[in-house]
Parts: sequence; structure tokens; C-alpha cells
Amino acid sequence: MAKDGPTPLERFINGILPENPVYRQLLGMCPTLAVTGNMKAAMTMSGAVLFVLFCANIITSLIRHLLKPHLRILVFTLTIATFVTIADRFLAAYMYEMSKELGPYIPLIIVNCVIICRCEVCASKQGVIAAGADAIGQSIGFALALASIASVREILGEGSWFAMRVMPEAWPAWAIMILPPGAFITLGLLLGGANWFGMSRSAKTAA
Amino acid sequence: MKRTGSRCGGYIGQAWLVLAMALLFGAVLAGAHIALQPRIDENKLDETYGQVPHLVRVAIGETGRFLSADRSRTETWETPGGKIAYKAFAADGRHLGWVIKAVGDGFADKIELLIGLDKRAEIITGLYVLAQKETPGLGNKIAGRKWKGKVWADQFTGRRTDVPLEETKAVPTKANQIEAITGATISSNSVCGIVNNAVGEFRDKMGTLKKKD
Repeated sequence: MAKDGPTPLERFINGILPENPVYRQLLGMCPTLAVTGNMKAAMTMSGAVLFVLFCANIITSLIRHLLKPHLRILVFTLTIATFVTIADRFLAAYMYEMSKELGPYIPLIIVNCVIICRCEVCASKQGVIAAGADAIGQSIGFALALASIASVREILGEGSWFAMRVMPEAWPAWAIMILPPGAFITLGLLLGGANWFGMSRSAKTAA
Repeated sequence: MKRTGSRCGGYIGQAWLVLAMALLFGAVLAGAHIALQPRIDENKLDETYGQVPHLVRVAIGETGRFLSADRSRTETWETPGGKIAYKAFAADGRHLGWVIKAVGDGFADKIELLIGLDKRAEIITGLYVLAQKETPGLGNKIAGRKWKGKVWADQFTGRRTDVPLEETKAVPTKANQIEAITGATISSNSVCGIVNNAVGEFRDKMGTLKKKD
């Protein structure tokens, strides 16, 4: 029997680190830069992406044999937009303050490349279990990336983590870390660190 | 005729999945709307009532302590056109001012505002952006403390309502000028326009307001 792609377990593991959407694929940069000013916003965005990606992957996988190649992007977008709208309305109903803080970034998940990429690469080609595992793995990878950036920015920028004080009162909050330049600086440094770590591991393996 | 029929069948054969999914998802979204919209409306109403004391604060001055977000001190009134206005009272029953709800087109989507007015609707006593989806980093500065370290909307406080407000890209030199946000002139202009229209309409219809049950 021919293998039709990575197994569900491989899909799950790959999404977390080896194919991390932010540090390896450089996808979903808009929310990565925009909502990582604090951990609460970053984790809410990660939860919304998990819901949308999981639902979109499952639906896409279920109908994969019915997809016409030239209409597939339209079907992906239709599916993603539906679940994004549900996530947006749910947040406005049950997490109103956070919904206001995230503003247009929740509706912008519709154009998040991570989701459309997973529908195209995995869900439209593999079964429901692999698609579900892929969605969860990629979402965990996305959440870890957002958490790493948000932690650095919130701790240095506000002296807190999840709004709890972690730095001494004397800590001079680095306002730049909360502002857009702080997002670019942090992402650049962490991306460089992730690449350096990956390259040094490859070098050790080769040796 | 036959060719037209087969072409039509071809289109449906190609697009039936998209059509079926559009219908299904439409129904799902309608269900989500029915289930969630009442709670969203309630959240907005809570926020509105919470803002009423702040929006009439200039009218109440030092006696602000008498007013709280207590709904029993706020009455809901309606213009003949269905526009909502909230009448704010102090604890001793004095009428302090009005808060009117206004909606208009922004750059990206609708902008919803709460405009505080004194009891004769002659002076703007506060402005609050209830909902907006303007461009992040630019137009969304109409809400929050992201404009020169201040609240951009606070510029409206204390302005008279008998002269229409206008936005300016430079430092304001006239009493009716509002400094626009750099890079977000359309959003700034939209807010000025929404305020002018809503306040003008409210002043014209003040005598015809009816209390809403």
C-alpha cells in the first residue's frame, strides 16, 4: 500500500517545531507582530486560530474527493471565513474586552496564510485524523511562537507576564517593546536564535 | 437551446459544491447570529451605560460623585427616526445631560460613537468610540490612548455644537477645528462627520423625543 503522506503523529509533531508556522515557514506574520504585546491577547489569538484551523482542516478533509482543483481556494476561503466569523462573534459575546482589544485581527484570520496553507498541503490530500492532528500540531506551534514573542515583550515592556508582576517595581518598563518596533526586534532575534539552534543541531548530526 | 442547457448544467456541475457549502454555512452563521447576538447587544449596552457617567462629566463638574453607572439614573429616549439617546440624572434627580448613539461609515467599516452633550445639547461633554474596525496602527487611533499619548477623542470635549466641527491636518487655530490623525485623515474626518450629523439631528429633534419603555 502506497504511503499517502506523513502519518497523523508525524503531522502533529512536525507542526510544533520542525515545521513551526512562524519560525520555520514564516507564515501568519501579521498576528505574530500585531497581537504579541501581551500574553492574554497572544493566547486568545492562538485559541481562535486553533478553532478555525481545526474546523477548516476537518471540513476540507471530509470533502477532499469532491474538490475541483480550480475551485479549491474558493472552497477553502468559504470554509475559513465561516469559522472565523463564528470565532469573532463568540469572542464578542463571551470575551468582550478581549474582542475589543484584538479588534480587526480576529476577522483577519481569514487571510492568515497558515490556515489556507494547511488546507492545501494536508487537509485536501489526507484523511480526517491526519488533518485534525496537523491542525492541532500547527496550532500548538503557532501558540508557542506567539507565546515566546509575547513573553519577551510583556516582561520587558511592562514587567509582567499574563498581567502578573514578575519584574521588580524598580524595573524601567521598556515602552519600545510594547510598540511595533519591539515586535520586529523580538521576532528578528528569536528567529535568528531558532535558526542558529537548528543549524547547530544539523551540524552535530552531520558530524 | 440545447447548448445553453448543457452549459448551464456544466456550470452547476462545476459549482454545486460551492453553492451547497454557501447554503450550509449561511444557515450555520444565521444560527450563530441568533444564539450570540443578544449577548453581544447586552455587552454593548453594559458598556454604553458604563460610559454615560464619564461622557457627561463636564456637565456634572465637581458633583461627579453623585453619578454612577447605575442604570436607574439613565433613561432611554428615542427620536421619531428611531435614534437612541440616553438621559443622565444625578442622584438628586437633576438632569445632567444626554448621551446620544451615532453610527456612520468609517474608512474600513461602520464606526459607532457615544456623544455626551449638556442638557441643552449646546456643548459636547465627551466622545467615546464604541466600535470601530479602522486600519490597525493608523485609523484605530480614534479609540484608546494611542495618539500622542492621549485620547484623540478628548479633543471633542468642550466644543460648541452650533458650529459644525471640521478636521485639520495642522495644529487647530479655530474653536471648531479637530486635529486629524496623521495617516488616518479619512477616519478622523468620518468621526467629525458622524458627530456633526448626529448632534445636528438631535438638536433639531430634541422637542420630539419620546421616552422608551
